Amino acid sequence: MSIGMVRPDLPLAAVNPVAKVAATIPLSIALVLTLDPVSAGVAIVCELIVFMAIGLGSLLWSPRTLPVWIAAPLTGLSMVLYGAPSGATFWEFGLIRISEGSLEIGLATMTRVIAIALPAVVLFLTIDPTDFADGLAQTLRLPARFVLGALAALRLVGSSIDDWRTLALARRARGVADRGVIRRSLGQAFALLVLAIRRGSTLATAMEARGFGASAERTWARRVHFGGTEWVVIAVGCLVAAVSVTAAVVTGSWNLVWS
Amino acid sequence: MRTGEPVADARPVEIQARRWGWRHGGRRDAAIAGLDLRIAPGERVLLLGASGSGKSTLLHGLAGVLGGDEDGESRGELLIDGRPPEASRGRSGLVLQDPDSQLVMARLGDDVAFGLENLGVPADAIWPRVADALDAVGLRLPHPHSTANLSGGQRQRLALAGVLAMRPGLILLDEPTANLDPDGVREVRDAVARVADESGATLVVIEHRVSVWLPVVDRVVVLGQGGRLIADGRPADVLSDRGGELRAAGVWLPTDVPWRAHAPGSAPPEPLMATAALDVARVPGDPVQRGIDTRVDAGRILAVTGPNGAGKSTLALTLAGLVRPDGGELAARAALAGDLGSEPWRWRSRDLLTRIGTVFQNPEHQFLTGSVRAELEVGPRALKLSSRERTTRVDRMLDALRLDPLADANPFTLSGGEKRRLSVATVLASRPRMLVLDEPTFGQDANTWRELARLIVELRDEGVGVVAVTHDETFVEAVADTRLVLAAPSDDGDERVGSASAPHGDSASQGTQRGVRA
Repeated sequence: MSIGMVRPDLPLAAVNPVAKVAATIPLSIALVLTLDPVSAGVAIVCELIVFMAIGLGSLLWSPRTLPVWIAAPLTGLSMVLYGAPSGATFWEFGLIRISEGSLEIGLATMTRVIAIALPAVVLFLTIDPTDFADGLAQTLRLPARFVLGALAALRLVGSSIDDWRTLALARRARGVADRGVIRRSLGQAFALLVLAIRRGSTLATAMEARGFGASAERTWARRVHFGGTEWVVIAVGCLVAAVSVTAAVVTGSWNLVWS
Repeated sequence: MRTGEPVADARPVEIQARRWGWRHGGRRDAAIAGLDLRIAPGERVLLLGASGSGKSTLLHGLAGVLGGDEDGESRGELLIDGRPPEASRGRSGLVLQDPDSQLVMARLGDDVAFGLENLGVPADAIWPRVADALDAVGLRLPHPHSTANLSGGQRQRLALAGVLAMRPGLILLDEPTANLDPDGVREVRDAVARVADESGATLVVIEHRVSVWLPVVDRVVVLGQGGRLIADGRPADVLSDRGGELRAAGVWLPTDVPWRAHAPGSAPPEPLMATAALDVARVPGDPVQRGIDTRVDAGRILAVTGPNGAGKSTLALTLAGLVRPDGGELAARAALAGDLGSEPWRWRSRDLLTRIGTVFQNPEHQFLTGSVRAELEVGPRALKLSSRERTTRVDRMLDALRLDPLADANPFTLSGGEKRRLSVATVLASRPRMLVLDEPTFGQDANTWRELARLIVELRDEGVGVVAVTHDETFVEAVADTRLVLAAPSDDGDERVGSASAPHGDSASQGTQRGVRA
């Protein structure tokens, strides 16, 4: 069982992950500043066009993005039901009050969640954790100890998932699985922790025995480049943010959250 | 990509221990004390000793990974090439026992390159050395190959390649084959032999099973309790002169079978469970083995063997009523089920206790409490036995498996052999009619092996039906009554059960596994 393996044949898989993450930042900032349906709606349209154009269209409707498509309407719905009411009231029941204003906030929230989460999820599907670590360490110059330690720990997540399943079966075998789900899960979580620490310390020993953390200057077998393609990716991200903001301002729906 | 250079062009390392000792932080007694030992450059040493003799401590000391003052206290001197090991990073390489916990990177080539990067080798020089190292251990897979998809033997060879790429003058192996199936053991042993020949590096290997490494080493060093030197010399001399002491220390001598079972009683066995065309799967709908026809009898030991990936463990979990069959039939007979239905996976957890006991491959997966005594009480408590009956049963298990001095110890702090004994004892405390064991003898020394074998046969003679998934040919040959061989998964996804045979070749009557499809 492993996690975080990507198909290397995906478009954008060869692009420096740092650029892909950076490309999502301007839009995220812009959409957090304002709460209106237009900016986020335009952003979603732009995202769909861009991802389909570069061949990532199939990922937009994949099981991995499904949580986004489910969570966004739910978030929107809660705003419709409980959001600050204004304008005409359509329906009232206890604390629930659906009004013109809360409908608008609900729509704005839903589109926002999609516009921010969708590119993040799709782009992350094209990022191999190893490449990401290389990017963080070589492009952003984060400390190698930290980055590689985190990367190695990520490998253990797969083992932990297997452990968790086996722990559950073992509890059934030992006759304690009929009741007390909460208490049993806590105990199981503790056992998982013990196993994870054990594995982690073995891994740490193996890494240390291979010179990790030695005082010598570390080299990198995989060279990370940051060139034209990376800048284009970031530029596209900025462009989408700019188009969204412009559309919102032009249509008069730009609405700073603190105003 | 081969450079044609030797895999390790570094000079072989000389090892010198002078009155060396190490006490782990928080322990009262030293793991090893007053050790005097010299190993000449290029020597290949097999390091033997009972658990608690400090073998691993010595190996970790040589690798320079014991840590600093906060991790423990060092006495005397331990030098490689006249310098402390911590100051000679890259001169030694260490391969550990657990194949799962020492892979650092997700891709094969990256994992081998990891050590070279740490040593500051220029990037251009790294990849040819990675190719050479992979070649030397016989792993001819593309560099981006996922390390998660490797078998145990391949993982250990990969770890060896990672060490080798650093061109160490000293190769340290800490039970590198203890967790592998017989094919994996051979793969790794042969790779080490080739590497040692090509590189001329000094080699120190710890292993219980002497016969595996005998063809490779030219010296045997035996440590006693606390690192006392018991024997040291040419393999043949040490093994013949010190056989008794070595056996007492749990060392597996070549051709040794620690204990043999007598044949089971002649009464026709009563079936507890039978399967017909059973498909087994961890993940529903994705069977790892299909079409299994087998039977579990009271008073018989059924060994399930086959290569890695053949679905042995999954079959064990299915027979144990922990995983639902993925197809075909599995029926518990009345002798096992009692007043319950014939589908064990539908039984309540508590109902399993007196019917089917399961011993998992890793004992730590099944520990629930903070002390050995409490651990043994889990089953009896779930059965709502009176406190007197509980105490009686627990005391008997403590005594039978020599766990009484450890009654208050935390299960997680026990040694490997003690953990195994405890995991078996916890299951027996609820007296199941059927016992399922997943690799009961894996990585055990000869003493624990003998105890387990005796215990399992005693249970058989009391009428318990035993299923043991195992790679251990000695166990199958000396202990099992019938054998079920699962075939390796084939590429077309149409796995079939392989052949069946009677391990006790001399007594055909207790013979063949009934109804196994050839």
